[in-house]
Amino acid sequence: MNAPAGGTTQWRPGASLADLRLRARLLQQTRAFFAARDVLEVETPLLCHAGAADAQLAQFDVRPAADETLYLQTSPEYAMKRLLAAGSGSIYQLCKAFRAHEKGALHNPEFTLVEWYRTGFTLQELIGETCALIEDLIRRPLLAMQIVRYQDVFRKTLDIDPFTATDAALAAVARHHDETASALSLDRDGWLDFLFSMHVAPCFPQDRLTVVRDYPPSQAVWARIEESGAARFEAYLGPIELANGFEEAVSHADYVARFGEEQRKRRARNLPAIAPDERLLAALAHGKFPECAGVALGFDRVVMLAAGARCLDEVISFTIDRI
Amino acid sequence: MTTYSTNEFKNGLKILLDSDPCAIIENEFVKPGKGQAFNRVRIRNLKTGRVVERTFKSGDTVEGADVVDVEMQYLYNDGEFWYFMSPETFEQLPADKNAVGEAAKWIKEQSLCLITLWNGVPLSVEPPNMMNLKVAETDPGVRGDTSGGGGKPATLETGAVVRVPLFINIGDTIKVNTQTGEYISRAKE
Repeated sequence: MNAPAGGTTQWRPGASLADLRLRARLLQQTRAFFAARDVLEVETPLLCHAGAADAQLAQFDVRPAADETLYLQTSPEYAMKRLLAAGSGSIYQLCKAFRAHEKGALHNPEFTLVEWYRTGFTLQELIGETCALIEDLIRRPLLAMQIVRYQDVFRKTLDIDPFTATDAALAAVARHHDETASALSLDRDGWLDFLFSMHVAPCFPQDRLTVVRDYPPSQAVWARIEESGAARFEAYLGPIELANGFEEAVSHADYVARFGEEQRKRRARNLPAIAPDERLLAALAHGKFPECAGVALGFDRVVMLAAGARCLDEVISFTIDRI
Repeated sequence: MTTYSTNEFKNGLKILLDSDPCAIIENEFVKPGKGQAFNRVRIRNLKTGRVVERTFKSGDTVEGADVVDVEMQYLYNDGEFWYFMSPETFEQLPADKNAVGEAAKWIKEQSLCLITLWNGVPLSVEPPNMMNLKVAETDPGVRGDTSGGGGKPATLETGAVVRVPLFINIGDTIKVNTQTGEYISRAKE
């Protein structure tokens, strides 16, 4: 493999000492936020037996022996759901998660997440708590947050209905608005993601939290699906995505169906097969999985915005290019 | 044939786009937390110099372009091609008008140029940054005027026209910056 480059400069941390101190304060503040709300801090293993099912996520595998493969978690979701099924009540975790190949100004393959689950919470209640935490951590006045429906904001920005438009119409709008899309070939969700991340989110107002909710059912991931769309939200500060939350699907059958769907996508895209997490399925079948809502917040991005920085390298001690 | 995945994209990487050799000059990774990842890339076409933007689906692969930069010495021009020689292997290569471009008006025998080769064929020619060239034609010099103010056009032995101070005469050798086309100073032969 490549030897580390830049021997005389790359030993230094990317983050200034002031921003490392800010990070430490925000970690304490996060813990205080949940302590005040009586949410239990937990730790779950970074190593897992089953990888994440999501076809969009590439994981690091670890091979301690020729016949053994473990994965570094892409999020603590499966393990935390097993704790919920075991009766933990509301829980949170501050931990590292790993996603291979995700590298850029706003991505690092190893990153810090705050993930929490609130039993008995509706999506709306969790949206409120997520925004309260972000506002608490950002430490500067923000404009009043706005909640928009995925369908409405998409239609307002691009004049097309993301629920009813044909795949071809979505592709045509993408190519009309963005000549860089000329050679792209994508499936429906690919076009939705392209349009949303490059042409809808960048229009969100600066210095204001925008919460997007009610996603198309094909973008539900682990959310409960309702008539208005999937019970999922994303929180943005300006154009930058910070958090992704769900009113969680609770039935064993839902999870079996969605594991199957992700496996089908992986096959279609020639991605490595990932076996369903049998221990999570067993927890759903045999435990008491509570009605709950859960969310993951990208902690490094919050630190970045609180520091007034423009890229993660300014607030992480050593990003992947410095390890 | 080399192929690169978008995961290997970085500034300076040479790839083929629409069968033309290109260099990546900016690579932005865009990914919604739960969705499809993209690489939004600014690319310079090495044949035309034009810069375009393209979006790739992350994980897609593109063909690499066999593009290398080598130092070669300019030998002569036969009216159609400019011939260059590697000072190490003595191998000679012809470069056509498109490849030589603006460099044609700066280079003379033995100039050490940076040649960009694509599949072994010259794609572009970069003259040395500074050249000492003889003035072939200019209005007569004004004796005693060393102020450098004003100036006049002078045609150099290689064909370039630059503005020079009034005291410069035909036959003088001057140092010029080939990047900006500016006169720097008088030079010794």
